[in-house]
Amino acid sequence: MTTRTQTKPGFSTQQIFAWIFLTLVIVVTLFPVWWVVRTGFSSKQEIYVDTFNLLPVGPTLNNFKRVLGMFSSEEAVAQGGTASGMDFWMNLKNSLMVSTTTILGQTFFSAMAAYSFARLKFRFREQIFFLYLTAMMIPGVVTLVPNYILMARELEWMNTYQGIIAPSFLMTPFSVFFLRQFFLSINHELEEAAKLDGASIPLIFMQVILPLSVPALSTLAILQFLGNWNDYLWPFLIGKAENMRTLTVGLAVFQSQTPQGSPDWGGLMAGTTLSLIPTILIFLVFGRRAVNAIQFTGFR
Amino acid sequence: MTIRTGTRTAQRNELLWALLFIVPSMIGFIVFFAMPSVRGLLMSFTNWDLLRPAKFTGLANYIKLLSDKEFRHALRVTAYYVVLNIPLQTVIALGMAVMLDRFTKSTFIRGILILPWLLPNIIVALLWLWMLDPTLGFINQIIMSLGFERQPFLGSVTQAMPTIAGINIWRHAGYTAILLFAGLQNIPKDVYEAAAIDGADERQMFMGITLPLLRPVLIFVLVTSLIGSFQIFDTIVITTKGGPVDATRVVYWYIYEYAFVRFKMGYAATISVALFLILITITVIQMRYFNADTSDLD
Repeated sequence: MTTRTQTKPGFSTQQIFAWIFLTLVIVVTLFPVWWVVRTGFSSKQEIYVDTFNLLPVGPTLNNFKRVLGMFSSEEAVAQGGTASGMDFWMNLKNSLMVSTTTILGQTFFSAMAAYSFARLKFRFREQIFFLYLTAMMIPGVVTLVPNYILMARELEWMNTYQGIIAPSFLMTPFSVFFLRQFFLSINHELEEAAKLDGASIPLIFMQVILPLSVPALSTLAILQFLGNWNDYLWPFLIGKAENMRTLTVGLAVFQSQTPQGSPDWGGLMAGTTLSLIPTILIFLVFGRRAVNAIQFTGFR
Repeated sequence: MTIRTGTRTAQRNELLWALLFIVPSMIGFIVFFAMPSVRGLLMSFTNWDLLRPAKFTGLANYIKLLSDKEFRHALRVTAYYVVLNIPLQTVIALGMAVMLDRFTKSTFIRGILILPWLLPNIIVALLWLWMLDPTLGFINQIIMSLGFERQPFLGSVTQAMPTIAGINIWRHAGYTAILLFAGLQNIPKDVYEAAAIDGADERQMFMGITLPLLRPVLIFVLVTSLIGSFQIFDTIVITTKGGPVDATRVVYWYIYEYAFVRFKMGYAATISVALFLILITITVIQMRYFNADTSDLD
């Protein structure tokens, strides 16, 4: 009540200033994304002529068709593209494969560990958990080179899915920590009741704990999916071969192959637009949850 | 008696399941986190090109690092990037967070602000590479239509780093704002009301209430964004590849070159360890200096 009457005198100027600021921020945020889409739908010649038009110039689907492999390489070159653009469907398949498998494994195995840490009693429980936590402090750069060598030499998993997936398939320290926090907040009574009914520990875990934790599990899954989906260096190092490239790797290779003097902007932006779609979809479907999930990461 | 043996088997049972539940994550932890960390440290004392067996060279790599002019340059360039990135990003994010808190709690708007952060670095970099293109880019079209000269941005030694910092501010400001916004929600409203009754104005409330009470979240945001900022890499792959004339050859890029272009794994590990030590030092100093774990609320 008091705050209301407080802001009221300053309403006009303050409120207007705030909305101008927010509108500006939103425009600066969204416009570049629109510009990518606009360029993707523009024809190559027109991009050079009409550089300022907010709508696609010389609207065409050719860029998309080229990226989706609907033209032969001769036709692609004739359009001002590159013979070896990106193999969008292949890259998409790889990205889906890698991200989905990773989060399925990671969420499940991390949940098992988190349940142990939260509920079961055993020696060195706190010490082991503390060890996991310290791994959260170690920046990726320290383990990058040794993990690469592990894949290249000992496991010989170069250019395989398991090579890209393995490091975060069984756990990440953050996932274990996140789920442990959540499990600790679950009421004991339900478990006690199940125990009295003679339910075993795995049964309690599967039928009491996991169903109760769907919000937390899906929140974690969304966060980790995005992380995996956006990852570049690791999938690039391990999956360089054409048939193993994820979307980010495919796009980066596409960009590095396009001629420096006159890049195939139409094609590049068409590829970028297509790669945006999965993220936008997640965003639309899980938007509210994603925002809340991200807010939560602030308090890990 | 029966109850006692009952609990004992139950305990043994619990221990067994606890072990089984922990084993998968333990394997992952040991193989992909613990062992590589130890190995990275050991490697940093060797000379190893992957072809011949690793040769133990003691502190040679570290001594080399101390007088490595390129490393010092990489460190300077990275620090420059961090200084360009973090303060501006945090201030903008703080402004956004306060605006959101005061004027709209719309999840939809927060959703829009967070969008850039959801996009892969690679895509963000491509997007800005195109926006900033010297001949066709939209930004230069605006600059020229306002009567100024076109700018080289990523192609210029002096402009490349500020430009990359700008790109990453674009990607992270919204995300940081959301974190700070969440922190603002935890500040009790009656503190402001009390201050208002005492006649405090907006600025006084911000300096006297918002900032101090937001401190734990602010520190968290600063520490994590600083650590992330020191590891800038993906954006550089797309935009400048360390150039022009090494202007954006940051530490991570330098490590990448040593490991995967020159295949000097030992020295690459040494630089990684050095970067790790720097990050740990900065984190500890920040935590100490700001008393991160205590809130003025208590």
